[in-house]
Amino acid sequence: MEIVCPAGTPAALRAAVKAGAHTVYCGFNDETNARNFPGLNFDRAEMREGIRFAHDHGSKVLIAINTFPRAGAEGIWHDAVSDAASAGADAVILADPGLLAFAMQNHPDLRRHLSVQAAAANSDVINFYARCFDVKRVVLPRVLSVAEIAAINDQTKVETEVFVFGGLCVMAEGRCSLSSYATGLSPNMNGVCSPASHVDYHDEGDTLAVRLGGYTIHRAKPGEPAPYPTLCKGCFATQDQKGYLFEDPVSLNAEQLIPQLKKAGVTALKIEGRQRSRSYVAQVVRNFRDAVDALEEGRELPAGMLARLSEGQAETTGAYRKIWR
Amino acid sequence: MFQVPVAIPTFPKLPARALGVVPLGPISMALSAFAKQVARRHPALFRRLGDHAHARFILDPTDLPLVMRLEPNGGAPRVTLLRHPDGGPDGGPDGGPDGRDARIAGPLAALLGLVHGAFDGDALFFSRDLLIEGDTGAVLALRNAIDDAELDLAAELGAISGPLRQPLERLIALAEGATGVALSRHEEEFA
Repeated sequence: MEIVCPAGTPAALRAAVKAGAHTVYCGFNDETNARNFPGLNFDRAEMREGIRFAHDHGSKVLIAINTFPRAGAEGIWHDAVSDAASAGADAVILADPGLLAFAMQNHPDLRRHLSVQAAAANSDVINFYARCFDVKRVVLPRVLSVAEIAAINDQTKVETEVFVFGGLCVMAEGRCSLSSYATGLSPNMNGVCSPASHVDYHDEGDTLAVRLGGYTIHRAKPGEPAPYPTLCKGCFATQDQKGYLFEDPVSLNAEQLIPQLKKAGVTALKIEGRQRSRSYVAQVVRNFRDAVDALEEGRELPAGMLARLSEGQAETTGAYRKIWR
Repeated sequence: MFQVPVAIPTFPKLPARALGVVPLGPISMALSAFAKQVARRHPALFRRLGDHAHARFILDPTDLPLVMRLEPNGGAPRVTLLRHPDGGPDGGPDGGPDGRDARIAGPLAALLGLVHGAFDGDALFFSRDLLIEGDTGAVLALRNAIDDAELDLAAELGAISGPLRQPLERLIALAEGATGVALSRHEEEFA
């Protein structure tokens, strides 16, 4: 199975490649990718150099251009696709049908993957994208069980890629408006969920409060993990209860499910975290590469050591086992 | 790769107290000169700061009686040491930190570990070993810029130490082994 690893910076790309990533995904430093955070991503020259480094070491590079083009500004997204092709990317990860059409018409040899942002969660829609845009791989939304993934693979020839580690989105991906509601900016249009410019942490002595767009969304007591700055992982009081009303602040770790995912026909395992450090990338990639190599060689899977790196310091197998709340 | 310790070492209390009485002006000048040397060798670090290249950062080693104000100045950085708590994070006199600054607070070992890629910033933040306040966007930009720069402060120091380079590197390696603090960058060789 192929390990697909995040890289938010050229240094993280090199760390991922050295740690054994089969494939690295990254984005340009603008609104065309869904991790448009300060200090992150690649300018055009860095992207060309990163791809050269990866190829020299036998790894592939996928470029995520997975936000939705703004009316009147489609050229920014078209340029990103064309620049990805000329930089030698092994594939682009796209979500918008118009952009998929542009890529197919103008760069037919550039392999197209369907982003998780497209929220393609059944074989009919996946086959539609394959038929219309010759999509070769789909990144499945994090809302499917292993049995559902197996059912999809039975009905499509499109490769499937699934998330195995990192942050979780509770919504059908590409359709979440919570960040827009609080800040006016969203991952879908601007590439930022809960943009840092709208996040404010405040040490209140015995508690740590986080505000998003002026709204207090959580207060963590001493000993509790620092609160996550998104509305979906906020802690709220309603008439009859107080707690994480949308989603528990836990992180996905499906490491022990890799054999089942392989049996379900999954081609590639994706690690979330382009916003994380090169230290995180190296540790997580090495861990998952060891696990995949063990599986291929018929050895027992190594025990995981990644809990400390999880967002919220707690883990779940998410929807794969349908116990995630 | 440097191993992530379960517990982050803290600076010994006695030497920390001694730092409370040393004159900060000359050390600030030396640190500014050192930062300018780093800026010359790593210009991409300042480009990566983008819109935050003129922000003010308060680096607050919580086990020391002083804080460091870092002003990148678009590539001509200035470093000023300030005493804690009268130059505290919520507004101090005499040009001390105020609410406009981005503050990153944690044990000195954690801050050095972040610079050298031994720790993941988000992991330290979620475990509350690290606290950020103020301009979150500026903090993120600085974190990402430093992570990408692959800095090695021991090597930077060695580069300006002339004939003292080798003994200095040996001394740093010894101190690193004795304290468990990431005083230099460690990286696995590509296999």
